Amino acid sequence: MAGWWRRNPYYLWYMLREASCVFITVYALILLWGLVRLSQGEVRFEDWLESLSSGKSLAFHAVALPLVLYHSWTWFKVMPKTMPYTRTPPAVIVASGVTAAVLCSALLFVSVWWFGLWSMP
Amino acid sequence: MKRSNKPIFWALFGAGGMLSALIGPMLIFITGIAVPLGLLNRETMRYERVLALAHNGFGKLALLAVISLFLFHGCHRMYHCLHDFGIHVGPGLKAAFHGFAAAGTLAAAYCLFLVG
Amino acid sequence: MIRIECLRFNPETDTEPHWRGYDVPFNDEMSVLEGLQYIKDHLDGSLTFRWSCRMAICGSCGSMVNGAPKLSCETFLRDYFPGPLRIEPLNHFPIVRDLAIDQTDFLAKLESVRPYIINPDVPAQGTFLQKPEQQDRYYQYSQCINCLLCYAACPQYGLNEKFTGPAALALLHRYNADSRDAGKAERMAVVNAEDGVWGCTLVGYCSEVCPKGVDPARAVNQNKIESTKDYFKNLLFPGKSK
Repeated sequence: MAGWWRRNPYYLWYMLREASCVFITVYALILLWGLVRLSQGEVRFEDWLESLSSGKSLAFHAVALPLVLYHSWTWFKVMPKTMPYTRTPPAVIVASGVTAAVLCSALLFVSVWWFGLWSMP
Repeated sequence: MKRSNKPIFWALFGAGGMLSALIGPMLIFITGIAVPLGLLNRETMRYERVLALAHNGFGKLALLAVISLFLFHGCHRMYHCLHDFGIHVGPGLKAAFHGFAAAGTLAAAYCLFLVG
Repeated sequence: MIRIECLRFNPETDTEPHWRGYDVPFNDEMSVLEGLQYIKDHLDGSLTFRWSCRMAICGSCGSMVNGAPKLSCETFLRDYFPGPLRIEPLNHFPIVRDLAIDQTDFLAKLESVRPYIINPDVPAQGTFLQKPEQQDRYYQYSQCINCLLCYAACPQYGLNEKFTGPAALALLHRYNADSRDAGKAERMAVVNAEDGVWGCTLVGYCSEVCPKGVDPARAVNQNKIESTKDYFKNLLFPGKSK
């Protein structure tokens, strides 16, 4: 069975989907690290923030973004199979999921962007 | 046949998968690309702001949910990936991966407690 | 002419499988099965393969065609011209001879899911009644022809032979979802086991290759929800479910 996943394009895409989990884990750890630094005070936290601008960090996030997007897409693509019995056509289920993701993402972006326009006293 | 304990981990995996599917890419874009590169105002993630978020009840919940569920999703899938690569996985590795996610959860909860 | 290469193995004379190539005259209408039949009739009578209905309903003729599980009666030579077309026995099963595989393991799995209506309450008169909406809940899963393409497709079955597998779990679901059946509790042990639904990581290739639209991936993953519900029910009220 060794190398089974290399023998068929379908399996390769599956492995790519699975690989996204590594990046989700590392990203969560980056956030956790930020939280730790937050609890240690302003200087430490600003250091963490600064490290996000480093080449390594930007490279990681640049790779993570498309992979996690792929996770997102495949998650909704597969939703018709994971949902309880329904007569809703699969295409509608997928479209609803993707729409929800787009809306949530847009909401998140807009709130952060708008929030960033304030200047704190 | 012995009943599997999978349901607990699968439920956490599913919750993390759904959350990361909905907002994962955008979060990565905001915190990892937009703010560091200045596409979004750097002030967005300033110490006082993030602290205010962490002080807020809903903010605490959001931060904990994202970190914890992303970890449980990622670790559960990574554990299964090992099996897919033909590596023999037993209860030891299972405990290690899920334990890691649990530890991360506890660490996040503790930090949020410290922050006040 | 199209070049067809078959994996050959005779347990009485060979230590290992090996390839044999054949040049087969073909036309646009010929199926892979007809190609194999031509080889057997005109070129090499020792080539062994299963077939029966020629119309994708008996489930006999499954094989790997260029690495993908297919029914040879439903796969056409014109799509592989000029070849070579590589035909192997279905993945993940022991070879009996040439393209014929040993289905014993599947048959045992099938038996384990109790693929029949379990209901002590037989109607006093006539048959069970069932509305179209009730039939809709299990109909697609009843279309399974046991062709085993899904087992050949499933890498989890390939990695772990103890995994119950797509078709058996789909048929388990077919009976659980049938309103005439009352045997769900008896099948839960198979569902809940590590090698039951939890052996599946939703690769999804099984549903992709199924020639009858059964969608075993859906059947298995519906039952992950059922298994989870059952797990927490058992946690809160131990003894009430198996």
